Amino acid sequence: MLVLDQIHTYYDRIHALKGVSLTVQQGEIVTLIGSNGAGKSTTLRTISGLLNPRMGSITLDGEPIDHLPAHEITRLGISHSPEGRKIFARLTVEENLELGAFARKDKPGIREDMNRVMDLFPRLRERLHQRGGTLSGGEQQMLAIGRALMSRPRILLLDEPSMGLAPLLVEQIFRIIENINEQGTTILLVEQNAHVALSIANRAYVMETGVIVLEGPAAEVLASPQVREAYLGG
Amino acid sequence: MTVTTYSSTPLPRRRKSAAHWVLRALGVLILVLVIWRVYTVGMAENYPASFWISQALNGLVLGGVYALVALGYTLVYGILLMINFAHGEVVMIGGFAGFFALQFFTAIGWLEGSAALVAFALLLIVGAGMLASVLTGVTLERVAYRPLRGAPRLVPLISAIGASLFLQYSVLLIFGVSPRVYQKPALIAGGFRVGDVFVPYTGVIIFATSLLLMLALYLIVQRSKLGKAMRAVAEDKGTAALMGIDVNQVIVFTFILGSALAGAAGVMLGFHNTIVKFNSGFILGLKAFTAAVLGGIGNIPGAMMGALLLGLIEAIGPSALGIPTEYKDIISFSVLVLILIFRPSGLLGEVLSEKKA
Ligand SMILES: Nc1ncnc2c1ncn2[C@@H]1O[C@H](COP(=O)(O)OP(=O)(O)O)[C@@H](O)[C@H]1O
Ligand SMILES: [Mg+2]
Repeated sequence: MLVLDQIHTYYDRIHALKGVSLTVQQGEIVTLIGSNGAGKSTTLRTISGLLNPRMGSITLDGEPIDHLPAHEITRLGISHSPEGRKIFARLTVEENLELGAFARKDKPGIREDMNRVMDLFPRLRERLHQRGGTLSGGEQQMLAIGRALMSRPRILLLDEPSMGLAPLLVEQIFRIIENINEQGTTILLVEQNAHVALSIANRAYVMETGVIVLEGPAAEVLASPQVREAYLGG
Repeated sequence: MTVTTYSSTPLPRRRKSAAHWVLRALGVLILVLVIWRVYTVGMAENYPASFWISQALNGLVLGGVYALVALGYTLVYGILLMINFAHGEVVMIGGFAGFFALQFFTAIGWLEGSAALVAFALLLIVGAGMLASVLTGVTLERVAYRPLRGAPRLVPLISAIGASLFLQYSVLLIFGVSPRVYQKPALIAGGFRVGDVFVPYTGVIIFATSLLLMLALYLIVQRSKLGKAMRAVAEDKGTAALMGIDVNQVIVFTFILGSALAGAAGVMLGFHNTIVKFNSGFILGLKAFTAAVLGGIGNIPGAMMGALLLGLIEAIGPSALGIPTEYKDIISFSVLVLILIFRPSGLLGEVLSEKKA
């Protein structure tokens, strides 16, 4: 459903993506792994419209979306939970979640999704009226994912949801990501933590300095000597 | 394309330079002089309590209007990190529009009608001022600021000063130097007495209207969907866009809110000062800006508090210091200098940054 074809993205004169092509099919969990600075976050930012590609095309169900501003892309059903969580620190947890549903008008549906998010992350229910900035790192990550779900996306882009979290919490978050996927949301997961990401993904892309160097079913990528050596410590 | 970064690390403390200490010493000197002056001159005059009370009431009325204007600075600063130096002119244009509406309703005789009719006409007059100001503010954003978004911060500031001069001299060209005089409807021209204190009706109406508008603003920012979007955009534009928020639309909405308050302030100042002319907004704008800085720029309750405080200082100051009221502007701007020396983040600035962390 989502197709990137030969995408080139720049930060001024820095050529960050050099012809990235990837596809995400309905219902999949696709992971994009690679070391720090490879261009994973840039890829997600380009998809969600925070950055504009200088060349190449991005289509959603065959419709080009690479020229659209970020808020319109969100309204088309692509939700991006950015690197570093970026929750609104001065707004309450509830307000953060409400903003996730900003483009929606169906009040009952929003209520329902609010409850669904709080069922996924019961901690958020306890902290509903607290300012986002007062949450712990793990809670902020839950809020960031929950907020991204509030737009009822068809595709969820997750940028390093495991960053800075204790192993136990990482495991919990990844189970929830699988759960979200089973409920019908397609997921594009960016991770540095290749092992966990590959363990839940259907397919994987490996990125290095702005290009895709390897792609295939997650199990094959996990078994490939290249990946074992570079990301999984041999 | 810019990527907004989320910064949770506090700015490094700047080393205190020699100039800093000279400024501090100067500030302390000014404060000592002020206290000495109040003690030797202000107190020596022996004004009755009723005098101070009516000065204070006057200060609150003025402060309420300053608050409406200060909110415009603070809202725009909160979202764009930019001082809209043309905001005073947005107020002035509201004042002119209010004057013409007043003339119109005087001509058709509504202002000598029943109390309800007068009230309705006054409402429409304020509405006319708000409308003119909103149109001015939104045009400013579109023409003078939006094309410069993403440019270094000094650039839109210069554009704002240019816009301020452009608006002043355009009004000068069209309406000339002579001030327009607001005639109060007979019904609200008087006042009443509480003990020895005379309270003018216009003062009460202006203060009540200011408070009501501030309450409305507060509710919009805190409760409405667009208000929440405004606060999100103020924190992080990129992430706000990921929520499906049209950032440009929210910025325009911010200018609409600020300008609407400015328009109401322009009309009420017209009634309060009885005149409006091409440069009415200039000093007023600087004062409201002072009020916003006093409260902590970008902080909404801060702007309200700072403005009320500044209004009080300005009303009580000349008598307390024993200086002629024509020089009261000196007091306001000394306040600005003193805050910038002692507490650049404003009275409520610190609280905000703590909450943000
Ligand atoms: N805001 C930015 N401005 C300039 N260069 C950037 C910016 N963000 C990322 N880059 C550069 O783009 C490249 C890819 O970065 P990024 O997409 O963040 O990598 P990853 O997410 O894989 O760690 C890096 O070389 C990085 O230095
Ligand atoms: Mg990254």
